Amino acid sequence: MTRAGTILLLGLSLGLTAGCSDSLNHPYPGSEADANVLYSAFSERPKHLDPARSYSSNEVEFTGQIYEPPLQYHFLKRPYELIPLTAEAVPTPRYLDAAGKPLPDDAPAAAIAESVYDIRIRPGIRYQPHPAFAQDAAGRYRYHALSATDVAGKIRIGDFEHSGTRELVAADYVYQIKRLAHPSLSSPIFGLMSEHIVGLKELGEAMQQVAKAQPDAVLNLDDFPLAGAEVVDRHTYRIRIRGKYPQFIYWLAMPFFAPVPWEAEVFYAQPGMADRNLTLDWQPVGTGPFYMAENDPNRRMVLKKNPHYHGETYPVDGNDEDRAAGLLADAGKPLPLVDAAVYSLEKETIPYWSKFLQGYYDSSGISSDSFDQAVQFTSGGDPQLTDSMRDKDIHLVTAVAASLWYVGFNMLDPVVGGLGEDRQKLRQALSIAFDYDEFISIFLNGRGIPAQGPIPPGLFGYVDGVDGLNPYVYEARDGAIQRRPVEAARKLLAEAGYPNGRNAKTGEPLVLYFDTMASGPDAKSRLDWMKKQLDKLNVQLVVRGTDYNRFQDKIRKGNAQLFEWGWNADYPDPENFLFLLYGLHKKVGTGGENAANYDNPEFNRLFERMKDMDNGPERQQVIDAMLEIVRRDAPWIFAYYPKSFGLRHGWVHNVKPNLMANNTLKYRRIDPALREARREAWNQPVLWPIALLIAALVAVIAPAAIAWRRHERKTA
Amino acid sequence: MGAYILRRLLYAIPILIGVNLLTFALFFVVNTPDDMARLQLGAKHVTPEAIERWKVEHGYDKPLLLNAEAKGSEQFTDTIFFKHSAAMFVFEFGKGDDGRDIGNEIRTRMGPSLAIALPVLVIGLMVNITFALLMVFFRATYLDLWGVVLCVVLMSISGLFYIIAGQYFIAKLWNLLPISGFAGGIDGFRFILLPVLVSVVAGIGSGARWYRTIFLEEIGRDYVRTARAKGLSEVRVLFRHVLKNGMIPILTGVVVVLPLLFMGSLITESFFGIPGLGSYTIDAIQAQDFAVVRAMVFLGSFLYIIGLILTDISYSWVDPRVRLQ
Repeated sequence: MTRAGTILLLGLSLGLTAGCSDSLNHPYPGSEADANVLYSAFSERPKHLDPARSYSSNEVEFTGQIYEPPLQYHFLKRPYELIPLTAEAVPTPRYLDAAGKPLPDDAPAAAIAESVYDIRIRPGIRYQPHPAFAQDAAGRYRYHALSATDVAGKIRIGDFEHSGTRELVAADYVYQIKRLAHPSLSSPIFGLMSEHIVGLKELGEAMQQVAKAQPDAVLNLDDFPLAGAEVVDRHTYRIRIRGKYPQFIYWLAMPFFAPVPWEAEVFYAQPGMADRNLTLDWQPVGTGPFYMAENDPNRRMVLKKNPHYHGETYPVDGNDEDRAAGLLADAGKPLPLVDAAVYSLEKETIPYWSKFLQGYYDSSGISSDSFDQAVQFTSGGDPQLTDSMRDKDIHLVTAVAASLWYVGFNMLDPVVGGLGEDRQKLRQALSIAFDYDEFISIFLNGRGIPAQGPIPPGLFGYVDGVDGLNPYVYEARDGAIQRRPVEAARKLLAEAGYPNGRNAKTGEPLVLYFDTMASGPDAKSRLDWMKKQLDKLNVQLVVRGTDYNRFQDKIRKGNAQLFEWGWNADYPDPENFLFLLYGLHKKVGTGGENAANYDNPEFNRLFERMKDMDNGPERQQVIDAMLEIVRRDAPWIFAYYPKSFGLRHGWVHNVKPNLMANNTLKYRRIDPALREARREAWNQPVLWPIALLIAALVAVIAPAAIAWRRHERKTA
Repeated sequence: MGAYILRRLLYAIPILIGVNLLTFALFFVVNTPDDMARLQLGAKHVTPEAIERWKVEHGYDKPLLLNAEAKGSEQFTDTIFFKHSAAMFVFEFGKGDDGRDIGNEIRTRMGPSLAIALPVLVIGLMVNITFALLMVFFRATYLDLWGVVLCVVLMSISGLFYIIAGQYFIAKLWNLLPISGFAGGIDGFRFILLPVLVSVVAGIGSGARWYRTIFLEEIGRDYVRTARAKGLSEVRVLFRHVLKNGMIPILTGVVVVLPLLFMGSLITESFFGIPGLGSYTIDAIQAQDFAVVRAMVFLGSFLYIIGLILTDISYSWVDPRVRLQ
């Protein structure tokens, strides 16, 4: 064998054995084999990890574990319940009138000029170790006056020799609220919050002016007072809200309202830091159960247990179902229950799924490609795992998402819009024709529930069963909800002035236009299905495919006729869905979230009443009235509430879907020994293909070599 | 030679400006700064004020190419095009819309891209040339015939199929290598083996056929007949004489792509989880991150020009008859 060949073989064998124990396909270093580490993946790298900016689920998946807002959702209790996280208690607002005088709790919303929230933080909570807090013996910050030369060679936070910590104080929360108005942060909730938090809008304008005058200057937020957020004492801060806004309490459970230490901003603002991606947007600093130990969004992100975490324990109060599911086995134990979590970038579903089956990811979603391999439906229509999944001790976790998909009618459109009875009937007819029960079965593998209204299950206002059906589209038959027959739709269509799908006056066929961002072969079958639905009524549907930007533009300008849209809940309150139909939030003119431009004065009046009410029979009554209006007017075809299906291995414990909480990693427990044993059992290398390949090569090369020798001899 | 290279480099400047202008025009024909802002700010609670703030923050609040309100040279310099393009000529790429430094990203991601692309090029060349020479050696025999058939079959299969089949058989069914991922140092070897193997196999069909054609053309030339007449063995004829004379078309294809190896492979990197520049470009296009798209197009154009210059130089190196003036 030549020297080069020997080196190559040596390299191959070294490479094959390096870093793993018995499994050749092990994607993690051998030292991590028995570690108490949770392995997961992310398909799209997060754009922002700054709590003022991060909003999408793939960002909050990280910031939720690192940053701690004052409140959180109880891990086990349903309906969702807010409990304190860093706060001592869930704050109840005090109400003041225009003169600043206190009002009783049941004061009418119109009389309330301000709601005041006093939030007291538990003393003794400390930040994760970070060089921004490091001080020398004289108490001076070690890394607050660095030059670009000092930063040279530092590419990660761990490259700084010293780190420190300090106690969490109320000022950190106020500091973060001010950051929401910072012009360079473009916080996605600034617009919304500036309508509610006293003085936030003005603060944003003041900062904008200074930023324009001194574009390169770092703004010192202490120079900008904010009337709506102030420090009361070391551990208490006060937020003032305009009028009554009961939903504000839910925002206090989101990372937007988590504390940010001023030291971190000073640290990251130094020269040379941003060039190395050392920014608060990429290197978070929080008090949560985990800190970001490795941040390479191009490959993997690693969260490690925060050594200063404040001793929160696993919840002890759950129901019998939770107990039976083993969800209370760790009750009272200190959190977090895993030492670290490794998230690997996995853009494609095939390798993600394969690694999950090999045991290298602890949990997984189910893509359409692998759905049949993982899930089958019983004769009763209930999903269950296939035998191959059960053999691997894989568990199915399902939950109805707090989301809604709908087909919107542009209420400004001359054909389908308007509140007249004929238009109502037209939209009702179309609502019946679009058979979303069938859609869910064909295109979603059963992962959805036909929607009866704008409020999804799990939220106050949703009524389950036949009592909550949409009577304009469904009817109760034998105690079950059944879609009304197509004949009913045809009748409504005729009453609307389109008998047999033709205009009764002109005889012209009814042609509707559906705007969608869906394109490509995958979407074609869905769009064909939509056309087929209206074929039932002899109505033509023209699909206008467009890109995201053009689609948004059409919706904004009110140029669409029918369109598909969805909404994920920000918080578990019906207001978060019903506001999508509020007339003052119309997309056209106001740029609000009411994409259908629906504007019914009665609905608006009820909405204004409902949004300020506390949950109870009276609020339910108002919501029922609103649902009746919106079902009758049918500005949307209520399509479906998506259902999420997930899988977890048997060594992963304490998994209960919580669609509101984003900090559930701290509750997860794994059994590393069981995982490693199963990984080894499932990933034994199969070596015969290599032998076969060598034999095949010999079989091909040997005759060639013989022929070559013959040829050479003949030539000679 | 020096003057030739300098002249070619100077020619590159207007080409790069043109490429930049074209990229700019194509991008902004389909995307307005408002569209970019909306995409970055997400679908919820986006107000017109938030869009304006984002545009100011990212320098997209100015006119695209001509600022009619400005005076003098500022009419051209106080524009989105100038502000976002001028610095690139000194390789200052600025920041992406996600706030990350593009230069830093490029430097970090070049390594993983090269870790795959370089072995694929070198091993692929060796395998393809050897296979092509063997087919030429056995020309007009059943081995040549079946070799060509095999090449056509290999060429006819989609690159994606090789990736999926490679991952399925080697990583999933036989558990011989990790299915995807990347690591630095010696451990990284395990992760690059499969993508390299798959890429090399996927390239054999077209590569070997192309080289076979080149070598077959050479094998009928007078100097080959002379070499044989001198009594040289067929192996020496092929590897010493035919291979050397067939190098010019091979170099044309290889040297020009050498600098572009940095740019990575779009599909391979995505499927194997390689954090290279190929996946960076794809992500930027999907996210409508103009700053990154523009930087990558600029870099690609620049490297292509460098590749062409290197090709010219290599011509003169391989064929003494070629002189650069």
